[in-house]
Amino acid sequence: MEEVPQGCPGTGSAQAGRGASCQGCPNQRLCASGAGAAPDPAIEEIKEKMKTVKHKILVLSGKGGVGKSTFSAHLAHGLAEDENTQVALLDIDICGPSIPKIMGLEGEQVHQSGSGWSPVFVEDNLGVMSVGFLLSSPDDAVIWRGPKKNGMIKQFLRDVDWGEVDYLIVDTPPGTSDEHLSAVQYLSAAHIDGAVIITTPQEVSLQDVRKEINFCHKVKLPIIGVVENMSVFICPKCKKESQIFPPTTGGAEVMCQDLKIPLLGKVPLDPHIGKSCDKGQSFLMDAPDSPATLAYRSIIQRIQEFCGHHQPKEEHFLSS
Amino acid sequence: MEVAAEPGNLAGVRHIILVLSGKGGVGKSTISTELALALRHAGKKVGILDVDLCGPSIPRMLRAQGRAVHQCDSGWVPVFVDQEQSISLMSVGFLLESPDEAVVWRGPKKNALIKQFVSDVAWGQLDYLVVDTPPGTSDEHMAAVEALRPYSPLGALVVTTPQAVSVGDVRRELTFCRKTGLQVVGVVENMSGFVCPHCAALCLWILSSRGAWRKVETSSGTSLRVLPSPRSPP
Repeated sequence: MEEVPQGCPGTGSAQAGRGASCQGCPNQRLCASGAGAAPDPAIEEIKEKMKTVKHKILVLSGKGGVGKSTFSAHLAHGLAEDENTQVALLDIDICGPSIPKIMGLEGEQVHQSGSGWSPVFVEDNLGVMSVGFLLSSPDDAVIWRGPKKNGMIKQFLRDVDWGEVDYLIVDTPPGTSDEHLSAVQYLSAAHIDGAVIITTPQEVSLQDVRKEINFCHKVKLPIIGVVENMSVFICPKCKKESQIFPPTTGGAEVMCQDLKIPLLGKVPLDPHIGKSCDKGQSFLMDAPDSPATLAYRSIIQRIQEFCGHHQPKEEHFLSS
Repeated sequence: MEVAAEPGNLAGVRHIILVLSGKGGVGKSTISTELALALRHAGKKVGILDVDLCGPSIPRMLRAQGRAVHQCDSGWVPVFVDQEQSISLMSVGFLLESPDEAVVWRGPKKNALIKQFVSDVAWGQLDYLVVDTPPGTSDEHMAAVEALRPYSPLGALVVTTPQAVSVGDVRRELTFCRKTGLQVVGVVENMSGFVCPHCAALCLWILSSRGAWRKVETSSGTSLRVLPSPRSPP
């Protein structure tokens, strides 16, 4: 079933309401009047909502399967280990929501309260929201075009009652399209601290990640840094290192040097990471001595330092 | 410049296979490329249509980056990646001014280009057209299925890896196939294991716990082949 006509020029386009494909669309008059191009009132509503959220971090990658959701989940777990830190994890991968599985929350449902949707809590200080909680079966496919996905993201940001939060982590799908544009657009008045960009060492990933970095520059999103995931594989039998994804063009290290972006760290491929994710448990707790855990903790600390140094201007005003 | 829709541009294509996965990074583009190369080795003429507009990987995998797309009377000429002209390729990668240029488009614009790739590329006579897709079940997938429907696509090859998050997304992709009337040719489980180059141990399930895949295998299609992790991917 179509929510918008095929060939919809987009509500912000100069052809909005005037194109041939607009004929018969219920929103044609609205678009033709120019109302579609006006700033979305939700932006201000979200700005108000986000006043109780101190730091907002987007986890991005142009490439799929590099470990964005794994990293987002463990960033959330790591930050929430301090029970005085309130953490929120928002999954805006509408078609492929992995966060419920990784956080051990499959099958949970979202509840409504007077103040909006309640996130699902893993711990008292770690709340999660995902479209996965709105599906009635794990086989349900979310076959939505861009505008409907954008509407869902708007609702997640405007209607979820996050409460007082120190860190809001937003996990995204791969790419540079509707979900990413909407997240940046809807949070535009609320100040995003920055983006953490995930890659793996091979050029096929870096090629997409460079595009993502360009996307960040285009939309003026600060980049906290890059994480190179699956850097090396440590054989559980002989303990020797090998490169499953050889960095034929120098890996993230050379890319970051070229583009003058911080490399936050490199995380080795530990087979236990996948197993913890499948079980919905924190790998940091399951394998505290793994080189991968040490790498994660160092990266999390650098992110905290970045957020600590880059306080939003409103906070300075309020505290003076 | 938009060329008038040419109903004949896919008339010479015998079979169309969509390579899908709900999950990113499972090896769709790699498998699309390997499938095309294997079909060529079997003496077939193959076209590859890369509809991953945000992350077009196929040009690099076939060492065809930087090639130009030319026009003919029937529309765009696909890029031939070999001297024998047995594999042709169309990708948004060929239309970008620089390889780092990001395609930051919303759904409607992506839909329009995919329609053009289907109707305005002069594919000629092909035994197989392999369509590589981005992860998900959204604009690109709906646009590709709708544009290809008149040409009776053979079906979908669904790619996954063993871990539970991949399997979860693949179940959704199988639902997408059922709802859009796309026949599932089969499922490929990629990166099932890794052969350690030092001690030759086969490390199974490096990405997951054992057994996640088995549950899907019994309820959907036939698992075609277990592919261990390549030691030197592109």
